[in-house]
Amino acid sequence: MSSTLGTTLVLGALLAAAFGAVVGIEGGLRHRAGALKIVLGAVTAFLLCMLGANLTMVHALVTHDFSVHYVAQVGSRATPLVYTVVSLWSALEGSILFWGAILAVYVFAFARAHRNDPPTNPLLALGTMLAVGVFFAFLIAGPANPFGRVSPVPPDGPGPNPLLQNHVLMVIHPPMLYLGYVGMVVPFGIAVAALLRGQLGDAWMATLRRWTLIPWTFLSVGIVLGSWWAYAVLGWGGYWAWDPVENASFLPWLTGTAFLHSAMVQERRHTLKLWTVSLSLASFLLTILGTFMTRSGVFNSVHSFTQSEIGPTFLVFLGAVLVVSIVLIAVRGPLLVPEGNLGGVASRETSILLNNLVFAALTFTVLLGTVFPLVREAFSGVRISVGAPYFNRMAVPLGIAILFLMGVGPSLPWGRASPETVKRQFLVPAAVGVAVVIVCLAAGLTGGLALLTFGLAGFAATVTLREMALPVRVRMREQGEPLLQALYRSATRARRRFGGYVVHLGVVMVFVAVAASQSYVVHTTATLKPGERFQLGPYSVQLVGLRNGTEPHRRWIAAELQVTDGRGRPHPLAPRMNFYERSTDPIGSPAIRSAAFQDLYLTLLAFDQSPPSASFNAWIFPMVGWIWWSLPLFVFGALFAAWPERRRVRTGAADRLPVSKEAPSPGAAA
Amino acid sequence: MTSATRNRFIAIGALLVAGAALAFIAFGNMGKNLVFYWTPGEMLAQGTKAYGPTIRLGGVVQPGSLHWDAAHTHLSFRVADSDTSGAPSVLVQASETPPQMFRERIGVVVEGTFDRSQTFTSNRLMVNHSNEYRPPKPGDGPDQWKATVSAPTAEAR
Repeated sequence: MSSTLGTTLVLGALLAAAFGAVVGIEGGLRHRAGALKIVLGAVTAFLLCMLGANLTMVHALVTHDFSVHYVAQVGSRATPLVYTVVSLWSALEGSILFWGAILAVYVFAFARAHRNDPPTNPLLALGTMLAVGVFFAFLIAGPANPFGRVSPVPPDGPGPNPLLQNHVLMVIHPPMLYLGYVGMVVPFGIAVAALLRGQLGDAWMATLRRWTLIPWTFLSVGIVLGSWWAYAVLGWGGYWAWDPVENASFLPWLTGTAFLHSAMVQERRHTLKLWTVSLSLASFLLTILGTFMTRSGVFNSVHSFTQSEIGPTFLVFLGAVLVVSIVLIAVRGPLLVPEGNLGGVASRETSILLNNLVFAALTFTVLLGTVFPLVREAFSGVRISVGAPYFNRMAVPLGIAILFLMGVGPSLPWGRASPETVKRQFLVPAAVGVAVVIVCLAAGLTGGLALLTFGLAGFAATVTLREMALPVRVRMREQGEPLLQALYRSATRARRRFGGYVVHLGVVMVFVAVAASQSYVVHTTATLKPGERFQLGPYSVQLVGLRNGTEPHRRWIAAELQVTDGRGRPHPLAPRMNFYERSTDPIGSPAIRSAAFQDLYLTLLAFDQSPPSASFNAWIFPMVGWIWWSLPLFVFGALFAAWPERRRVRTGAADRLPVSKEAPSPGAAA
Repeated sequence: MTSATRNRFIAIGALLVAGAALAFIAFGNMGKNLVFYWTPGEMLAQGTKAYGPTIRLGGVVQPGSLHWDAAHTHLSFRVADSDTSGAPSVLVQASETPPQMFRERIGVVVEGTFDRSQTFTSNRLMVNHSNEYRPPKPGDGPDQWKATVSAPTAEAR
C-alpha cells in the first residue's frame, strides 16, 4: 500500500516538474505572460506530490511497515518515536526523498513571492528550478527509490545508525544542511534566468541576493551544528577534520559568502555582474558536487555512506549542469555589461574584490585537496587522500587574510579614500589590535599564529563595533534620540548593513575560538581504579565507580567521575559507552564540562568490571564553545538582514514597474 | 592604448601570476601531504615503496591481537584485510589513544608510516562509521562486550 502510493506520488512529481520546466523555459524565452499561471500550477502539483510522498514514508516508518524497502533498512520497533521520524533522513534513499520535499517547498515559496512580478524572469527561473526537480524526482523514482517492496516482510528492522540517534543535534543538523544545499537551487535558477535573458537589472539582482542569503544562513547553521555534533558525539576531541563530507558543505558556503560580498559591489557600482552571477552558478555546482561526494560512496571517509547506484547518475547531472553553466557564461555572459567602474585602490570595492579573490583561492585549494584523490584514483587506480596538514597550511594564511580584510573593508568608503581618511580610520582599530597582542603576551601566551589571529580579531571587532556605533551616535546627536531608539532606527534603516556586521562579529568569535582551541589544548590519558584521581590543568578527576543502565533502545555503562575545578567546586561527570540492541559496536558519549573560557572533555576509552577500572582520554580545549555560541549572532544577523523591508511588502502596481525603475534598497545607505 | 585598458591588462596579468603562484604552492603542498590509502595486503605488495610516505591503512582489528602496555598508554594490534583468518595483516603501534568505540573486529583506519621492521607506527586512529549493519547474533549484549580493549586476550564474543 505505502509502496504503491509513494511510487505513484513520486512519478506525479516527476511529471509535474517536467511539464512545468518545459512550459516555464519555453514561455520565458518567448515572453508568454500567460504561461506563469500554468507553471504555478505545476509547482503546486510538484509540492503536493513531494510532500505526499514524504508523509507516506513517515507514515510507513511510524507504523513499522517493513514491506517498504527503506523502512526495512532503517526502521526498528525499539527506536523511540522521534528518532523513527528522523530516520527519514538518516540514510541515503530517505534523505534524497526529503531533499525532494525541501526543493519543492523552496520552488513553491519562490513562485508565491514572485507571482506578481513581470513574468519573464520568474518563468525562466522556475523552469530552471523545476528542471533540477526533474532530476531529483527521477533519482527518487529510479536509482534511489525508497519505496521498493520487500518480500518476505521482515518482522523487525535494524534501526537507524546508532551514531545518528545518540544526540539531539542529529535531529536538527541534517535538515539545516539540506535546507542550505537545496536552497542553492533558487539562486541558480535566478542566475540562469538572468543569463538566458542577457540582462541583470537591480530588482532581479536584489531577488538573487535575498534568495542566496536564505540558504547561506541555513548552510552556516548546518556547518556549525555539524562541528558541534562531531565534538559532542564522536569523542575524538575535535570538531573539524577536513573530511570530504565536511568540505562538501564548506565549499558552497565559501562561494556563497563571496557572492554576498560581491553583490554589494554589483549594487553600488553596477560592475562585477558576470563574476557575481558566476558565483551563484558555482555555489549550486558545488552543492551538487557535495551531494555526489556525500551520497554516492566515492569517498571512504570517516562518514562513509553505503555504496550506491546513484553515483553515475549524479555524475551525469553534475556534468550537464557544468556544461550548461559554462555555455551560458560564454554565450550570454558578455551581455551583462558593467555599467560602472571600480573605485580607487583604497576603497570599499577594492577590499571586497580582494576578499572575493581570497575566497576564490580558498575554494580552489579546498576543492583541489578534496577532489584530487578522486581524479588520481580514476586515472591511475592508486587510492590516496590529501592529509589535513595540506588543508591547514593552505587555509590558515588565507583565513588570516580574510580576518584582516574584514577589518579593512568596512573602514574604507566607497569610491576613493584619501590618505588622511585611511590614517584616521585605521589608527584606533590598529592600536586595539596591538594592545590585544601585548595583553596576550603579558598573560604568557605564545604561538605566533594564535597571537596574530587575536590581534587581527581585536582590529576587526573594533572596526565592526565602530561602524555599528557611528550611525547611532549621529542620530543621538542630530535628532536628539535616546540611545535605544537611535540604535533601533539606525539598525532597521540599514538592515543588511547592521545584520552583516552582526554576522562579522560571529565570524570573529569563530576565528578566536578556533585559534585558541587549536593552539592551547592540553591532553592526557589515564587509567583509574575507584578512588584514584588524576590532574589535568586546574581540574582534578576522581573515579567514583562504574554504573550500568538500561533504556528501551540501548544499554549503557558510565564511569562516574567527581571532577573538582580550580576553585574547589565539584562537578559530577559521567562519560558513557552505549550498546544498541541492533548494532554490534558500542558507541561512546563523551562527558563535557563547559565553562566560559574552556571545556574539560572526557571520554571513556575502556573499562573492566572485575576488578573495576577505567581508562580515559582527557582534554582541555580553551574557548572551543565560542564556535557554537557564535550561532545566535549568525542567525540573528542573517535574519535581520533578510527581513523584508516595508517597501517590498507592497503589492500591486508598484511591483509591476519596469525593472530598472526600482528605488535602490535603503540597505545600501552605508 | 588608453590607461583604462592598460590597467585592465595589468590587473589580468597580476591575477594570472597570483593564480599560478597559488596553484604552484597548492600542488607543492599537496604533494608533500599525500596520504596513501592501502589495505594491509596492498601495502605489503608495494614492497620497499611503502617505507616512508604517510599511509592510511584501512582494515579490521584482528581478534586477539590487542595489547596495551602496562601504563595503558601505548597500544599495539594487528590490522588485517578482513575478518577471516589468514588474511594479510600488519602490526600497528599506536601512540595516540583510540576513539572510544575502538575494539576488536571493528573497521579502522590508522594513519602513520611503515618501516623495514615491518611495524606500522600510527599517530592517528579512526573508526569507520558505517551505515551498514550486521545483524546481532543471539545473546549479543553489553555483557559480551566487556571484552573490549581493556581485556584483549578474552575471546571476542
